[in-house]
Amino acid sequence: MSELLKVTHLHKEFGPNVVLKDINLSVKKGEVVVIIGPSGCGKSTFLRCLNGLEEIQSGVITVDGLPVEAGKRDITKLRQKIGMVFQSYELFPHKTVLENIILAPTKVQKRTREDAVKEALELLDKVDLVDKKDYYPRQLSGGQKQRVAIVRALLMHPEVILFDEVTAALDPEMVHEVLETMLALAKAGSTMLIVTHEMEFAKAIADRIIFLDKGDIVEETEDVKGFFAEPETERAKKFLKTFAYE
Amino acid sequence: MWDSTTINMILEGIVGTVYMSIVSTFFGYVLGLPMGVLLTISDKDGLRPNRALYKVLDATSNVVRSIPFVILLILLIPFTRLVVGKSYGTSATIVPLVICAAPYIARMVESSLKEVDDGVIEAAKAMGASNIQIVFKVLLVEARTSLITNATIALGTVLGYSAMAGTVGGGGLGDIAVRYGYYRYQLDIMIVTVILLIVLFQIFQNTGMFIARKLNHKI
Repeated sequence: MSELLKVTHLHKEFGPNVVLKDINLSVKKGEVVVIIGPSGCGKSTFLRCLNGLEEIQSGVITVDGLPVEAGKRDITKLRQKIGMVFQSYELFPHKTVLENIILAPTKVQKRTREDAVKEALELLDKVDLVDKKDYYPRQLSGGQKQRVAIVRALLMHPEVILFDEVTAALDPEMVHEVLETMLALAKAGSTMLIVTHEMEFAKAIADRIIFLDKGDIVEETEDVKGFFAEPETERAKKFLKTFAYE
Repeated sequence: MWDSTTINMILEGIVGTVYMSIVSTFFGYVLGLPMGVLLTISDKDGLRPNRALYKVLDATSNVVRSIPFVILLILLIPFTRLVVGKSYGTSATIVPLVICAAPYIARMVESSLKEVDDGVIEAAKAMGASNIQIVFKVLLVEARTSLITNATIALGTVLGYSAMAGTVGGGGLGDIAVRYGYYRYQLDIMIVTVILLIVLFQIFQNTGMFIARKLNHKI
């Protein structure tokens, strides 16, 4: 399979704080990579670097062979290839579900309204939200909002989708519906980078696990089950222990 | 005393005041809206930070706002003559009103736009929207309730200022109140004009708030 996203020697700092040091990563088309690690380890910042929402101090990020450079004019073209779903949904509050979803496809990608609406309705149908198409975000539950946000990202036909702790703000019973949606996407062959604290979900969806701690990739493995049963490093062991109760 | 001449004069006063307020607020926005947008995006956390541009706009807006309106009226007389051809009457009053209102409007637009959630702006960025698309499709749209509420306040304030212009022959109800109420001690005419000003203000205020409520989908 071909390489879709490549990160080499990424270095990121906020003032005196080094947030990410010498990160190297390569993601193939169709791969689902789950990034886990303690709070403040740089997971979210890492995702935000990938579409240029954060500037990096050194290193190279390429998507489809094209460099991601924050602040450059071309960044808007690249961002269209990279979908992103956020922890707090970030739906446009004054737009209906349908308007939220078709805004970027029609305005940024200049697709026709009919075409965008048609596909939007198909995708909404897949996540059981067609009947909510004319609702405003405030009329939806958190889980529904997040599924709308996922559809909004999908309608751009991104090459890769970044999920930034998308269930962290949700009530437990709503976590499930969102994770089901993501599992279906993974099965359909989407390339995904997921930051999450849901370990069972990570185990179920990941092709590869990356354990990040203090801005560093501590452990990286495609043996997902093996990792959760018995991680190689002490730090990962200690981290996974915090999710277990005896 | 309440003959047809007086009534006609008051009717003309109403028309003059409404005309001055609406036209001045409109042109105030023609200048103030772009200025407010530029202030927002050039600020250090804005879409396209530009320290120099922000400083210039910031200083301009502060300087103009710190000049008392009556002084501005007088200072601008040569400019007003240049634009309108004369320095008294309703049309002439519009010029200083616009100059006075624009920086206030710019500040109000800036504060409205800054109320838009950063997360929503990031979402738009992540979808590949350009800065111009973010301004027109996200910022101005999402801030519209606040923009309309502020426009209502601006219109009310301009109405009040237009009455103040009456002291130097500005036309409209304020002019009548000053000429008859102040110079000729005709208290009844002054009271009528004041009541009319209050009624006009209420109409502007209620219409503006009604529109703002209609456009709000957040709550």
